Amino acid sequence: MSAIHDEVRHLQAPALDVETVRADFPILAQTVRGKPLAYLDNAATTQKPLAVIEAERRYYLEYNSNIHRGVHLLSQKATDAYEAAREKVRRFLNARHAEEIVFVRGTTEAINLVAQSWGRSQLKPGDEIVLSLLEHHSNIVPWQLLGQQTGTVLKVAPINDAGELMFEEFLRLLGPRTRLVAVAHVSNALGTVNPARAIVEAAHERGVPVLLDGAQAAAHGPVDVQALDCDFYALSGHKLYAPTGIGVLYGKRELLEAMPPWQGGGDMIRTVSFDKTEYNVLPHKFEAGTPNIAGTIGLGAALDYVAGIGLEAIAAHEAELLRHATEEARRIPGMRLVGTARDKAAILSFVLEGIHPHDVGTILDSEGVAIRAGHHCAMPVMTRFGIPGTARASFAVYNTHAEVDALMAAIRKAQKFFGR
Amino acid sequence: MSDTGDLRELYQEVIFDHNRHPRNFGRLADANRVAEGHNPLCGDNVTVYLKLEGGRVADVKFEGQGCAISTASASLMSEAVKGRPVEEVEKLFRSFHAMIVDDNVAPEDLGKLEVLSGVKEFPVRVKCATLPWHTLHNALLGKHEAATTE
Repeated sequence: MSAIHDEVRHLQAPALDVETVRADFPILAQTVRGKPLAYLDNAATTQKPLAVIEAERRYYLEYNSNIHRGVHLLSQKATDAYEAAREKVRRFLNARHAEEIVFVRGTTEAINLVAQSWGRSQLKPGDEIVLSLLEHHSNIVPWQLLGQQTGTVLKVAPINDAGELMFEEFLRLLGPRTRLVAVAHVSNALGTVNPARAIVEAAHERGVPVLLDGAQAAAHGPVDVQALDCDFYALSGHKLYAPTGIGVLYGKRELLEAMPPWQGGGDMIRTVSFDKTEYNVLPHKFEAGTPNIAGTIGLGAALDYVAGIGLEAIAAHEAELLRHATEEARRIPGMRLVGTARDKAAILSFVLEGIHPHDVGTILDSEGVAIRAGHHCAMPVMTRFGIPGTARASFAVYNTHAEVDALMAAIRKAQKFFGR
Repeated sequence: MSDTGDLRELYQEVIFDHNRHPRNFGRLADANRVAEGHNPLCGDNVTVYLKLEGGRVADVKFEGQGCAISTASASLMSEAVKGRPVEEVEKLFRSFHAMIVDDNVAPEDLGKLEVLSGVKEFPVRVKCATLPWHTLHNALLGKHEAATTE
């Protein structure tokens, strides 16, 4: 993973007992189409441990109530649990202040929030936003929308044949009109880990703030927003063993404070009259309406779960799976890895000669192996490599060597089936 | 259910053959109708070229990138519609669509196109098989916006 992740990886990570972990995820113990399920679509979404499912269930069974308003006991309990989750996220990201943690639906909403609130209030026609070619559509389209509204322009840093950011080219794009750098911490399509710390340093030297899209990074190694010194960090709970519909925008307090609200409604106000509304303080200013309370509590439980295993141990386990998978993949003639960055998260994107990724996906599914096939919402990456899409296996804490072997056996079967 | 059996139902020999050697593949220089189709789900795209003459599909070609199912479907379609009157082609489109999507439709005689009936058991792949047909339909209507499977 990134520099920070790297340092951690070299520490003695406590070994992870994968069978114990798997017992926490009952969904994994099933057969699919008569074969044991090998769930290798974790970059799309991860499965949820019992602790998370139970936390949501307990909320609905025992203290379902709206937050921040009620004087009654259940509401206080719900509010406490919701705000406790915020503190857990703060600790998880090592943010300075809990009010720097804004709950949103996911990474997509977090980036849209920054584009619409910070971008619309700060940027002028001709101002430039620098992205990388590795971006997920959710870190492209919000900036294009902003461009239509304000006249800002996108600059895209290229990648090399290994799928790594070309850092010198990136530096060249930072110019007098650059107002923001918005890049993936980890590429969802290729697994490339961007040199986040170096990117932030280079941007800050020129007074440019940085948003990191952490959707693919947060579950796979420790993230420290103070060490990274990024200005915004976006992540999705559901890729981190938490429920769907809950995510986080971290923003430095000075920046968030200066930003106008982007949605109006309840909870984001202090006083309202028809003449004038005074907004609430951070982070509530950005949390209009009743939020996803159960999901937020579930996210808190997921972070506890992850902390219990240890992100260092998770990172080491996944690195070993990736090593094994990469080694096995290189033994298969006609299988080509797309994305071979030196610093890579546990994502194996590949193409098979003469077999379309969609067909690969169907045949692997018939073997119980769940992967993703297609452009992975990163069409510019596919265009860069001149392919319509890839098949992508992505690993998580509960995956095993045996599942990697099942993947490779299914790939061989697909090749045989297609007469390759 | 027998899994490999289903897979064989989906990927019949005829489909492999048309995937490896698509018929009527390429650009049609004297086409008077062209339409593009796009499957946003997987990024597949297809362009269908038609030469209409006297209410008939005098010639047809297609090009693009797609999976085995969509390539074979486009290839089989091109063979099935070549030389046919436009009304018959539209009727064929409706019957084909019904075969793949609708459980309760008695199968009409679709000839060689019936090798694609196995797609019905793979709902996520239905759009692969129908994309070329939607594109053809748009070409017949003279629509210029890209056909999509959504």
